[in-house]
Amino acid sequence: MAVTGAALVLFLIGHMLGNLKIFLGADSFNHYADWLRTVGSPALPNRTLLTITEIVLVVCVVLHMWAAVSLARRAAKARPVKYAAKRKSQANGYATHTMRYGGVIIVLFVIWHLLDMTFGTVNPKGGDATPYDRMIAGFQPDRWWVALFYLVAMAMVGLHLRHGLWSAFQSLGLTRRPRVRSTLQTTAVAVSAVLVLGFVSAPVCILIGVVK
Amino acid sequence: MNLTLKIWRQNGSSDKGRMVTYRVEDVSPDMSFLEMLDVLNERLILEGDDPVAFDHDCREGICGMCGMVINGVAHGEQKLTTTCQLHMRHFKDGDVITIEPWRAAAFPVVKDLVVDRSAFDRIIQAGGFISVPAGSAPEAHSVPVPKADADAAFDAATCIGCGACVAACPNGSASLFTAAKITHLSLLPQGQPERESRARAMVEQMDAEGFGGCTNTGECTAVCPKGIPFDTIAQMNADYLKAASK
Ligand code: HEM
Ligand code: SF4
Ligand code: FES
Repeated sequence: MAVTGAALVLFLIGHMLGNLKIFLGADSFNHYADWLRTVGSPALPNRTLLTITEIVLVVCVVLHMWAAVSLARRAAKARPVKYAAKRKSQANGYATHTMRYGGVIIVLFVIWHLLDMTFGTVNPKGGDATPYDRMIAGFQPDRWWVALFYLVAMAMVGLHLRHGLWSAFQSLGLTRRPRVRSTLQTTAVAVSAVLVLGFVSAPVCILIGVVK
Repeated sequence: MNLTLKIWRQNGSSDKGRMVTYRVEDVSPDMSFLEMLDVLNERLILEGDDPVAFDHDCREGICGMCGMVINGVAHGEQKLTTTCQLHMRHFKDGDVITIEPWRAAAFPVVKDLVVDRSAFDRIIQAGGFISVPAGSAPEAHSVPVPKADADAAFDAATCIGCGACVAACPNGSASLFTAAKITHLSLLPQGQPERESRARAMVEQMDAEGFGGCTNTGECTAVCPKGIPFDTIAQMNADYLKAASK
């Protein structure tokens, strides 16, 4: 869980930074998208970086989901008889309780998102348009529900990372002393918040017409 | 005050079990929760009924025998308190209180609210010890221990093995208990020779007993009557990872 999750977080950081290029204009963004496909060329074939990223991502997502499913199945086996009284959470961790269904929402989002931005299947401009045009078209006000879905999904990503990041620190045994623990707790909150803000900035600015 | 209790009754491990409702009258706010159950049991005995079986021994919060899930919370909602130290002043007249045993496959119900916690004993047997030459006690100052380590080890050592952490964990994991036992030895010089083999053996025994896997929800430390810190689980993970990477 921790290791595959960490790899996914690294991807998200890169992806979020890449998305911010939308604010530098169409040329900059398209040029960046082009660079992703041609980096290393001619020494390396086109799409080397993208293909490696895609393989690592698929492997990580599959292993991450496999780990989550095995944990849930172990949990069900470890408590065959449920409590009659509703168990009240004593550890006020809202994010913690969204992990399982939150993860499912994020996967559904990623499927839609790939059809939208990568393949263009559900994008008004289709797959042949430039990445910039696809992104602008995708978040127009008449498609407000798409932007809304992105925002909800990003909120889930934020919650997922808020618990996931600190949980990974704990699983890797880094949070052994109270001081380190509180520093890493703060780090988890800060990284999640920055990622969510960075991700939502583009759809919001396109929706309200700041970026055209 | 007068209370309505809904208590899990199960006549032996092969019985299916059910919730049974009882009325208890004239409960004094100064009674402990167990004394309140004593009042109920005395009445049940006089009426020729089977008293509610529950575990208890010291009744002063140090033995770890008592333990029940009260209104969905292990040891009740009062923080840092075992069931025997929970007082009826935290309840009010007319309350309906649901009382259930720890629920975990690794803690089979023996009768009513009594569960078999031998799985914990087997985790301790797997590695919760240090090997030292027997004989007279060594000079206390011969092995210096840094104050911070001594304090952290001592905090971990206050675990009374009650099992509330397992009962509260949504995954039914025994990580807090196992981590407390691993940490209290692995922070001290005496625990170093067997440090890695201990972490490995105890974690493997914990898994073999059928406890669930930890997802760091923190429900365990929140109900732990001894406030065993969550840091111990990180310590256990660090020791285990170190052992497993060799
Ligand atoms: C509001 C937030 C987001 C926006 C605006 C956005 C935008 C984009 C765009 C424009 C592309 C296509 C880039 C290209 O064709 O070169 C893309 C690809 C992708 N995005 Fe996002 N994205 C967002 C959030 C996310 C999140 C949270 C995830 C994962 C949980 C994600 C996963 C992916 C993946 C897996 C790809 C395909 C990468 C590849 O083909 O190698 N995105 N995104
Ligand atoms: S860690 Fe706390 S809750 Fe768990 S067995 Fe020890 S004292 Fe009880
Ligand atoms: S009876 Fe000993 S801790 Fe409650």
